[in-house]
Amino acid sequence: MSENKGVLICGEVGDRNVSAVTLELLNAGRIISDKLGESLSLLLIGQDIEKAAQDAITCGADKVYTANGAPFSESLPETHVRTVADVCANIHPRLILLGQTDMGREVAPRLAARLDASVCLDCVKINIDPGTGRLLQSKPVYGGNALAVWESANHFPQIVTLRPRSSEQAEPDNSRKGEIISVKLSTEGTSAKLIETVREELKGISLEEAQVIVAGGGGIGGKEGFEPLHELAQILRGAVGTSRVPCDEGWMPKNLEIGQTGHMVNPGLYIAIGISGAPQHLAGCSGSKCIVAINRDPEAHIFVEADFGIIGNYKEALPPLIDKLKSMLSE
Amino acid sequence: MNIVVCVKKIPDPEIPPAKFKLDIEAMRVIPPEGIPPVLSPYDAQAVELAIRLKEKNGGTITVLSIDEEGSPKIVRHALSMGADEGIVLTDEAFCDADSFGTADILSRAIKKIGGFDLILCGRQAADWDEGLVGSIIAEKLELPLVTLAEDIELMNDGEYAIKVRRVTLDGYQVFGVPCPAVVTVSNEVGAPRLPSGWGIISASKKDIPVWNAADIEMDTSKLGQKAFRRKLKKLFIPDRKRECEIIEAETTAEAAVKLAERLKDEGWV
Repeated sequence: MSENKGVLICGEVGDRNVSAVTLELLNAGRIISDKLGESLSLLLIGQDIEKAAQDAITCGADKVYTANGAPFSESLPETHVRTVADVCANIHPRLILLGQTDMGREVAPRLAARLDASVCLDCVKINIDPGTGRLLQSKPVYGGNALAVWESANHFPQIVTLRPRSSEQAEPDNSRKGEIISVKLSTEGTSAKLIETVREELKGISLEEAQVIVAGGGGIGGKEGFEPLHELAQILRGAVGTSRVPCDEGWMPKNLEIGQTGHMVNPGLYIAIGISGAPQHLAGCSGSKCIVAINRDPEAHIFVEADFGIIGNYKEALPPLIDKLKSMLSE
Repeated sequence: MNIVVCVKKIPDPEIPPAKFKLDIEAMRVIPPEGIPPVLSPYDAQAVELAIRLKEKNGGTITVLSIDEEGSPKIVRHALSMGADEGIVLTDEAFCDADSFGTADILSRAIKKIGGFDLILCGRQAADWDEGLVGSIIAEKLELPLVTLAEDIELMNDGEYAIKVRRVTLDGYQVFGVPCPAVVTVSNEVGAPRLPSGWGIISASKKDIPVWNAADIEMDTSKLGQKAFRRKLKKLFIPDRKRECEIIEAETTAEAAVKLAERLKDEGWV
């Protein structure tokens, strides 16, 4: 048997709380740990993280390692890679889980090279094969056109990043007990420097939290075309998002992009307007409960993925849709 | 500034999903008929960023690609965009290399080229979407790394040679980085330029050397299936479970009104 044991999650803290993605990892990691009969650890790097560490225990972690330092967005990735590597050198985990976030997609490949590990980014599902006891990793490939299932060889540790929203969040159970262990932040060997971190604050509801998203694509044709989309979103108390084309064309800010290279969302209602439905975009919204497509092209792939569709020009469809919804919702 | 750009040939990712076919048994993609493979889009953006840097600051751009058939086509495309030199890496042992094997092959070739200030890779190849090779090259060559870059500028501030802007989910970060360094390039760079007529002519005249495993002193026993850290068990097209109710009406406006009613009936609004 290998000497690598247990699952280590590299978590993230936002606003002194464990991030949503970390709660998803705690849920997924707990399931794997229980199947293996091994422990679940979490590493948190940040400031004022005592409460987050305690919350993580109630949400399933057996041990929480805390390192006092700037969060990932405010520090050099190298300090995080080294700190995770140091913890791994002490506890030899079998599996290291991260979110497919700014942090995870940066740290996981470097860590894999440094620990000579196996690594698979952007998985939507992980499991232990009941027959072989090996780790199975499901990952969308070819821009989401296909799904691949990989089986890990006996090569440890194994590193996986999980796509946000691919697992439920762990539920707190106040009877859970665990241990909090403070570790040192590694700051050596950093040759680059972080000059600035800029957050482009968005007005209104964040895409991740929105229950309704009105998204526009290349078919909108320009910046002005998004005006009725904003109005529709406002009526439905939702947020406006985009596929990649409007961002690449500069019609909309790129931090509104939904898809493989942007936000991953799963609102109740997703209204896709002038979006052809490239798999790379659908990767970010296919978890929506109801998808509505408005597109002039009857052959557009979006109709294969939608629950309701209108084949027609959005400029003709949106004003009556907005009026009707307004009057229905004011009743 | 001397730049090496690593590029990959992949099946055209822009084909309509209906044309995307798999050989389930062999667990591989069936190349769509009549649609030739292309330079992976993120890699094309890396070439674009390299050319922008060269236009501003001078230097040379060398394009590097592993190709199973030893074809120079993809490298030549990058040359016709404006890169200066190209090298194709081919060897039976290179087929099926995983990300670690690929990074090893490329790192050895980069070392052999030598004299570079910057290595650029696409953020991920648009076929297997792994997003690993650039980072592993940086680790192998023990160079600083910035991933998901949308812009690079010269900086010349003491030990920091370049300023790299990294895309984040809600904004961006700027790093000062000493060279040589590895940077992976994201789509925010924008559309890569099309080859110019003159570019195509001059690229067609260039000699593109082909290197094999021996040329880069690669121990091929470390490549292939036996070296894989994970094995592909299954490759399939996910089942789309939705059935689209197309709202039919005389006019689009009437359809829109019907849609509002249907959404209310079903409790979505």
